[in-house]
Parts: sequence; structure tokens; C-alpha cells
Amino acid sequence: MPVNVKTFATVPEAASALSSEHGARYIGGGTLVMRAVNEGDLSFSTIVRVKDRSLSNIRASGGRITIGAGVTLAQILRERDLAFLHAVARSIGGPAVRNMGTVGGNLFAPAPFGDLGVALLALDTTVSMQGGYGVREMPIEEFFAGRDRAAGSVVISVSCERPASAEAFRYRKISRVRPKGASVISLAVHIPNVSGRVSGARIAYGAMAPTAIRAKSAERALEGRMLDEAGVAAAIAVAAEGTSPATDAIASTWYRREVAGIHLRRVLLGQHA
Amino acid sequence: MFELRKDIFADERDDNLKEIGKGTQRQDMLGHVTATSTYFNDHKLQGMLHLKVLRSPHSHARIRRIDVAEAEKMPGVRRVIRGADVPRNLNTLLSLINFGIDDEPSLAVDKVRYKGEPMVAVVADSQREAFEALAKIRVDYEPLPSVFDVEDALKPGAPVVNETYPKNSFTFYDKYDHQKLRFGDVARGFAESDHVIEHRYQMSPIEHAPTETNGSIAAPDTNGRYVVYTSTQALFFSLDTCAKILDVPSNKLHFIGGTVGGGFGGKVDTMTEPLAILGAMLTGRPVRYVFGREEEMQFGSPRGAERIYVKDGVRRDGRIMARQVRSYFDSGAYTRLSSYAVIKCVAHIPGPYTIPHVHADVFCAYTNRTPSTAMRGFGVTALDFALECQMDRLAHLVGMDPMEFRILNAYRDGDMKAHRRIAKNTALIECVQVAAEKAKWKIGEEFKRASSLKDGGGERAQITLTPRDAAISFAARPAAQQRTSYDRGTIAPLAPEPAPPPPPPQPQAPAPTPASSSHGATRFSSVFGRRR
Amino acid sequence: MAKTALQFRHNDHEVAVFVEGGDSLLVALRDGVGDHSPKFGCGQGGCGACTVLIDGEAHLSCVTLAEMAEGRSIETADGLKTGPALHPLQTAFMEHFAAQCGYCTPGMLMAAKALLDHNPQPSRQDVVEAIAGNICRCTGYEPIINAILSVVTRSSAARA
Repeated sequence: MPVNVKTFATVPEAASALSSEHGARYIGGGTLVMRAVNEGDLSFSTIVRVKDRSLSNIRASGGRITIGAGVTLAQILRERDLAFLHAVARSIGGPAVRNMGTVGGNLFAPAPFGDLGVALLALDTTVSMQGGYGVREMPIEEFFAGRDRAAGSVVISVSCERPASAEAFRYRKISRVRPKGASVISLAVHIPNVSGRVSGARIAYGAMAPTAIRAKSAERALEGRMLDEAGVAAAIAVAAEGTSPATDAIASTWYRREVAGIHLRRVLLGQHA
Repeated sequence: MFELRKDIFADERDDNLKEIGKGTQRQDMLGHVTATSTYFNDHKLQGMLHLKVLRSPHSHARIRRIDVAEAEKMPGVRRVIRGADVPRNLNTLLSLINFGIDDEPSLAVDKVRYKGEPMVAVVADSQREAFEALAKIRVDYEPLPSVFDVEDALKPGAPVVNETYPKNSFTFYDKYDHQKLRFGDVARGFAESDHVIEHRYQMSPIEHAPTETNGSIAAPDTNGRYVVYTSTQALFFSLDTCAKILDVPSNKLHFIGGTVGGGFGGKVDTMTEPLAILGAMLTGRPVRYVFGREEEMQFGSPRGAERIYVKDGVRRDGRIMARQVRSYFDSGAYTRLSSYAVIKCVAHIPGPYTIPHVHADVFCAYTNRTPSTAMRGFGVTALDFALECQMDRLAHLVGMDPMEFRILNAYRDGDMKAHRRIAKNTALIECVQVAAEKAKWKIGEEFKRASSLKDGGGERAQITLTPRDAAISFAARPAAQQRTSYDRGTIAPLAPEPAPPPPPPQPQAPAPTPASSSHGATRFSSVFGRRR
Repeated sequence: MAKTALQFRHNDHEVAVFVEGGDSLLVALRDGVGDHSPKFGCGQGGCGACTVLIDGEAHLSCVTLAEMAEGRSIETADGLKTGPALHPLQTAFMEHFAAQCGYCTPGMLMAAKALLDHNPQPSRQDVVEAIAGNICRCTGYEPIINAILSVVTRSSAARA
């Protein structure tokens, strides 16, 4: 079947088309969908587009941040109030990819891609989605768990609390090629109280599973500890627990498991990569 | 005599030939920066069709049945091409110079021998329609055991990759399953050494990854010819290969190459042109066949991996007495250029050093991997990696500086090489001296004073006898190759020059039949064992 | 198969082409407009050979849906010259031997132009990041970086 492009003015119309049309895919910037088209992906024959400016809105002046799903990575880099996400956005692709890739699209990027999603997972983000039933909010973890079954829904925006301090949110992307490259592993960590005993840490990994995941064993082992060599040891010991990294062109399952703890340790202790 | 006439049009010329050290601009640089350099794909032809191939998902399987009935009926499909449609569906690249046996189909018919081997080609109005038709082709495979390791492939009982070579190794001179080099007696050399070491070196296949993928556009042209725009690095190779595969006189093909978007050796195998032209012949329309990026990386031929064992005997004074090399080139499922790579490798052994006893066995082995090909000094560069790592190890063993160690063992003008030719125009010593100077690496005075022009020849010009030679009469022993006018000065051999030896006994092999009789290609003597 | 009409500004003039559903901007430019300067290298947005500017920003045309160009301004390497005169970047690439096979060159030039149009005084690291999305298999990148930096030096010297 030839590919059909359908453009809508509003998200609800697009969501409706996605649910009713068999074999339809939503396009953001195009870096994922067009790649699939170019490579002969026959699983969809309709591309759904939305021309709704509100998807590019950013509300970031207060404590609660809301970023439209159509906001590009380049836009994030231009927004001073989103400085805590600049390292993340800068680590993704080259300048052209950042001009095109959107926040919403990054949530759907398959491993080893999707580094923004890793950061958002550590930040306890809520994802706002438009389905046939209306708008729904869900924790990003739930989104990732059900991502492959999210057909018929359109991500409208993501929202999270601004990190407690600059030190509280840490991000690192390990790639073989710099400045641009796909992840061997990416890590995002949010620790509300970095100077005292750790409480409520969130550790997220990229490229360690089909979607971004939390390292819950490591989080539990970190609870109540100080962020020093001795304090993080237990967490490092279980760094790779619960992960299922793939072997791909970038790295092997074995290698990713081997280095997860090493990089987590460096992030927690504030050492450079 | 070589005469340089500089008086003709003297006032219009500036050819003092002083180019070294000057930055000389590429003739196509303006084209590159203005994007007017024309690559094969920079042509817009009316009614152009798109060709894509179905590739084997198995590394080794028998094909029981291919059903294209549904694919043929898909919208936009103009033609589905099978192996049976290819006029001569078996070829090897070097058959053009009568080297090797045809072993590779353009489209697999009864068997696939590597993952990604093309089996069916679909020509359609658009790329998407071609992909959709490919998805409708049904193939019944019978998977077979695969072999991926070069040494395993040569063991008795290994799966036969390519029936043309039932023992999984290329046949040299119609008789031998590997290339041999024999000079002196390595057993004696090792016995005379103070240290003997052996190491194994392994190289992976390396993908050229050019920014432009392999591809070509073929179109019916005037006078019943076909014009072909191609990414090839080897225009005449490609033209002649297509003439053979399509069984047409070569003057029916008009190949236009030119700017290649990165070759590095990966665009010599003529992988897209035969099917593109056949598509144009069968549809009467221009046909484009371009590799996608995954195709290029995974199925485009890589540099062949090599496994090299080097065993050296060295005296405590640093002189290498004996070098024994055993190497296995991974040709993948088909020969392509690996047979020739082996010959280059053997021609390079033992490296630019004078070693009295040299022994080499080099195999071109077949495995169920992507067929490999040329890349940047293929046949030689990987061997040098192994030899030079070994040189460092040897230097360390005898407690010598590695640069000085190389100067000590370097060949010099007048030395006898393992191929029984006198070394001439050697310059390793000078290269090492300059490298040491540029790297501010200190070497001793005597090594700074060494020269390729000194201390060669004499005893070093002797042909060390092999165990076989030692058993036959002096008069019958092989002599050095006849000297040429390119020699730097004359070198008098120590022993009186023996009478020309009788021709070596002819191998009891059937006269080789040329792979294709319609081309009358000139033979290149370097590739044959027969002296001219 | 229905085709969509597409109208946009291409370098210094207006063009209109018809595209099929799913066609990329790269296909629209090469096969529609007949501008062969952006190249196909991967179709994945990974090599940058297809880099064009859309409203002044670098985009990868091979993964840009053609329809997204509607009404916008597209700049390609084909439009860098002013009349017969080369753009300073083109001259700089020549002077610094910043190309061998030339296949990545149009993309590199557009990535460099996007940088200099926004930031006329980039640091070396800025230049490295600006071409981070463009792969070159021949030059080793140094001549390209030097070429771009030489344009910076030259223009700031001119201003001095």
C-alpha cells in the first residue's frame, strides 16, 4: 500500500485517526518515522501529522515544568529555565537531529536511543496523552511499560518538578563516539538531598533494556546512605540487577552489564566519566 | 634510454617538475565544493525504476523453492528477476585475467552460502513497491550447518561452503590448496637461534563504510547500448564483468563512472551493475539499484579477516635467523579478490628484512561469512600488523631498541630476498632513521650511519638452500632472477653463475581452460607460477 | 496514487513539485526539483550527507517528510554561490584541502553555514560540535575544521 500522509489541525483529531486507521503512525520531527519508511518498514501506511502550535509550548518559570511534546531538543537548549536538561539535550545527535527531534518522539525511540526519556524517568515525570477517550496523565514509568501498546494515543506534554538543586540531578551518557553517538549506557540520577543521607533517590538507565528503566535495586541499596565510597558500595554491587541490555552494534549485553556499576559509581561520587 | 623533450612548446609550458612539498589542488575540488562533482546517483532519468533484492536470512541453506507468484502481481512491479534469468549466473571477478574459477552467482539458485546473499531481484516503480513485493516472496529453505572459523573450515568434515572448492580453500595453479614460499631451511634456522617464539595474530573483517553506498543506474541508450552510471572504482573491471555475466559484447555497454563517494576497495566487486543492467534489458527502462545503509554495512564486502601465525628464531645478537608464517585469509563464501590477496601476502613475506630461512603457507579459506574483498593494501597491511608486532616482541626479547632492531635486520641493496630476487632500491633503513628523528627517538650512532646502499650483497646474496635443493646437483640449483636495467649498480655474485637451470618438472595437471573464451584477456604474469 | 503539491522557497527562488506520500525532502529536492547537492548516505539521519537548511536551521532532509517544507525556505549547497562567486566557506574548503571524495562536502558546508549564520565567532569546539552530525570517511575532519575556522578568522580580521 502506498504511504498516505494525513495532516490535522488538532491533537484530538490526530489521535482519532490513529485509533481508527489500521497501520498508522504519528510523526514528530521525523527522525524515527522517516528512517523506518526509508528502510522499508511496511508495518504502517499512514503517517499522521499535527500542526498544533501548543505542542511547542514550554512552561518552566516555576517549580513545576511542562514541556510540549513537539518541543525540539534545540528548543530546550535555547530555554534558560531548562538549563538542568541542557547536558541531556546536547548529548543527543548532532545539531540537525536536535533541530528535528522532539520530546515526544524521544519517548518512543528504541534502545539504545531515547536518552531524554532516561532523564525524564529520573525526574519522576508525568506524561500527558490524548487518546480516543480524552486526555490522560500517567507516570512515565507506566508509559514506558505500555509504550508498545500505546497505538492510538498522542503524547501532548510531559511535566515534572524542577530538580531540588543543580547537584541533585546528574546525567551522563557513555558513547564510543563523541560528541555524537548512540549510548553504550546513559544514566540519570535524581537525589533530592545530596549532602546528607540519601532519601528517595531515582536512578534511571538508558540502553540497559528495551526502554529507559529504573535501577530499583540500586535505589533501595542507596537509601539512607551517604554519597561516599563506602555508602554507594552496596548500590554498585547491584547496579545491573533487573536490567536486560541488548547486544547491538554499539556494545554487547555482557559489556553493558560489566560497566553499568562503574559508571553509576562515578556519577554518584561526582567523578568524571 | 629515457629522453625528456622540454623544447616542444617550451614557451607555453611550465614543467620544471618541482611538485614535492607544494600543495597541489585536486582537479575536482571546485566540483566538490560547488556540489557539481557528479556521482552515479546524480542523474534524473525519465521513468526510472527501482531494484531491490531479497537476501538470505540464513548463513548456509539449501533453497528448495522460491515462489514469486504473488510478488509478481503486486502493484508497481515491472519485473521479478530470478537466477535463471541471468545469462551467465556464475562468475568470479578475476576470471577477467583467467585467475580462478567461476564460483559466485548473481542470484542464488539452489543454495545460499552467506547471510544476505541475493536470491531474487524486484524492479518496481518505487522503492516502497519493491519492498512490498519482496515481502510477498516465499522461500523454502533447508538450513545447513555453517562454518565461520577459517581453521575449522579447513578441517576434514567441515561443511562445504562452496562446492567449487570442496575443501574450502582456493586452488592455486590448478593444483595447490595454498600458496607456498620456501627459502632455506627453517628447522635449521630455528636450531641455530637462541630464542624461538610463535604468536597468533587475528584481524577482524573491516567494513569500508563509504559515505556513498554502492549503486548504479543502467538505462537503454542509443544504438542498442546500455549506459551505466556506477559508483565503481574499477570501471573496466565492472564493464567486462557485466559483459560476461550478461553475455553481451563489451561494446554494448557504456560505463560512466568518475567521482566515487569513497571507495577504499569496497567498490570493486561490481555488485549492483549486472542486475541493474539486466533490469534495464528486461523492462526497457532505466533501473537504479542502490544499497541502503544497512545493506552496505552488513552485506557489502568487507576487508577480509586474516589469522596469521608467525614463528621466528632470533640470535641473541639480534639477527633473525628464521621466519615461518602460516596464515588463513577468510574469503567468506566466495573468492572475489581474496585469492589475489594471498599472492600479495606471500610476495611480501618476510617483510623488508633479510632473513636466511623463510617458510610460508598461506590459505584462502571459505566460510559462511560475507564474502570479503580489497581494502587499503589488502593482503599486505594485515600481514605487516602481525610482522611488526612480532618485531617489537623480538626486540624486547633480545633487549634491543625496536628501531635499532629493525635497522639491524633490514634488507639492503644486493641482498637475496626469499623470492630469489636480488633486493634493489631498498629504503627501510632510511625510513626508520627519519621516523626516529621526527619522533625524537634516540638511536645509536652506528644505526644512524647505516645505509641501504652499504653492507648488502656478498654472503647475503646467496640463495640459502632448501632441504630439497641441498639434495640435488649444483648445476641444477635455482639461480637468482635475471638482473634488469633498473638495478642500482652491479652486484657480483660470490659463486660462479651456474648454467641456466632446466625447467622445473611440469605439474601433472590438466591444461587450464580459460573461464570465458570470449574475452581473450591478457595474462598477468605476477599471478601465475609459469615464468615467461 | 495521489500526489501532493508542494511549494517552497529553494535557495533564491520559489519552486513547486509533486511528491508521493512518504517521500522525504531529500527525494523531493533531488528527484522533484532536480537539485542533486544534498546526498543520500544512510537514510537514517546518521551521516549528515543530506544536510540542508530549513528557515536557517540545519535539518537532515532524508528523514524530513517532504510536506514539512511547505511554505518554508530551503537552502542547499547548490545555492551557496553568489552569481559566479564562491561563498567564503567554499573558498576556504578548497584552500584547506577539506575534501577528497567530496561526498560529505555539501552537507559539511551547510552545517558550517548554519553555525556561522548564527554564531559568527565560534570557538574550535563550537565548530567540532556543529559538524558532529556529519560523517567524513576521507579527510579525518581536521582540514574541514581548519577551513571553517579560517572563515571566522578572515571575517573577524576584516571587521578589525
